[in-house]
Amino acid sequence: VAEADIISTVEFNYSGDLLATGDKGGRVVIFQREQENKSRPHSRGEYNVYSTFQSHEPEFDYLKSLEIEEKINKIRWLPQQNAAHFLLSTNDKTIKLWKISERDKRAEGYNLKDEDGRLRDPFRITALRVPILKPMDLMVEASPRRIFANAHTYHINSISVNSDHETYLSADDLRINLWHLEITDRSFNIVDIKPANMEELTEVITAAEFHPHHCNVFVYSSSKGTIRLCDMRSSALCDRHSKFFEEPEDPSSRSFFSEIISSISDVKFSHSGRYMMTRDYLSVKVWDLNMENRPVETYQVHEYLRSKLCSLYENDCIFDKFECCWNGSDSAIMTGSYNNFFRMFDRNTRRDITLEASRESSKPRAILKPRKVCTGGKRKKDEISVDSLDFNKKILHTAWHPMENIIAVAATNNLYIFQDKIN
Amino acid sequence: MAAPLGTGARAEEPGQEKQDMQEKETVTPERAEEAKLKAKYPNLGQKPGGSDFLMKRLQKGQKYFDSGDYNMAKAKMKNKQLPSAGPDKNLVTGDHIPTPQDLPQRKSSLVTSKLAG
Repeated sequence: VAEADIISTVEFNYSGDLLATGDKGGRVVIFQREQENKSRPHSRGEYNVYSTFQSHEPEFDYLKSLEIEEKINKIRWLPQQNAAHFLLSTNDKTIKLWKISERDKRAEGYNLKDEDGRLRDPFRITALRVPILKPMDLMVEASPRRIFANAHTYHINSISVNSDHETYLSADDLRINLWHLEITDRSFNIVDIKPANMEELTEVITAAEFHPHHCNVFVYSSSKGTIRLCDMRSSALCDRHSKFFEEPEDPSSRSFFSEIISSISDVKFSHSGRYMMTRDYLSVKVWDLNMENRPVETYQVHEYLRSKLCSLYENDCIFDKFECCWNGSDSAIMTGSYNNFFRMFDRNTRRDITLEASRESSKPRAILKPRKVCTGGKRKKDEISVDSLDFNKKILHTAWHPMENIIAVAATNNLYIFQDKIN
Repeated sequence: MAAPLGTGARAEEPGQEKQDMQEKETVTPERAEEAKLKAKYPNLGQKPGGSDFLMKRLQKGQKYFDSGDYNMAKAKMKNKQLPSAGPDKNLVTGDHIPTPQDLPQRKSSLVTSKLAG
């Protein structure tokens, strides 16, 4: 697998009509959902390529001897305000605002230039004409409108658009900055956890997100498994949190791995804004924003890995950063696992399911078969044993359509889009 | 881990269950894994989730490129054909001019090499 093709982020836009993916090679590919079409009834709901462009290029910081990867860490869409679509894409150091617009008309009959673009000799022009607009084949253009650079010493892990639609935050390992979408030469630092002496560093910021409705509230998660909620109205620098979420740990079960597997790799508010979900190495937790001392729900993603932590540490898999997502109504959550498995949990029925995203197990329009991992003893037919799991096939990035039961699952260099059965 | 809320959304940890029943005779799976790791790498850090791990994370992307070496080598090679990177990109010695692109990704391992004892 060419490393550049590995998908590093997946995100639906607000309407769900567009789906963007970013990859390690710095490219963005946008898919668009096909409109309902009577002549091709089966293609309704299919996503086809709409636009693709090179968002970021590899860079080398000679002063610091730092290689800056072009890998797209996150893409976040802006709410649509006119015919064009806007999204923010970021690598480790630079955030870019891209405008994606359609062009389906072309002007013809210019006075000063020929149809092929050559300038006409002004002395030969004897009459004036008005250029007319003629239809042309749809062309989708992507252009960078803003480049937000040089504000992060460490590696950007998150961006989040504010509900005010004017500002957004970007978070790196130690700091969070607030930007205005129109202003690229300045950003405000709102969180700074860098200790005066780096030897005292004990935790880093792993993810951050704005509240979906309250434009003054955001949360950030840490490598120690804690989440801090901050209110920008209380002070300009939000080093002191308004709320601190942490589940108490049973000291007798503490081990070398405890802190590492408690590191939160993703945090997402529910659409309602009342809950938030965090993903750590082995589980997904749902927190009520009104209760700081423990989550209200905990879902085990792949508990069978607890007895494999030694080898997962040796092959670095223990540091894999899985994302998680809510469905549109906040009734279900989804996250990825290994062996191209992904898991979905229904919060109401408490049922969960494991599915696989691979060519072998999914033909177009076939129904996915639930998968099961067996942890020991006799392996039933159709089950897979823990030792047979392929840890190179990890599903780190998944996305759920904002309104319908359509999900996008990135399996290394492949993108799978699954839908509910259409009756 | 703390006792879960809710109606059984969380599966019972087999290790935890065992520990409740057999007072300290059986080790939790996590502790067993920890013992395995310590056996393999006895010198593994005193602060497991602390500085080493975090420093590695913060230093991602560090490549060592000396512009002095680069320019000296370029000057020496002025009259000769510039050699290409060659099949073994890790070999950056001799007359080969190092460029940022063909420096090996220096990923320091948290687990000390067995050679280092």
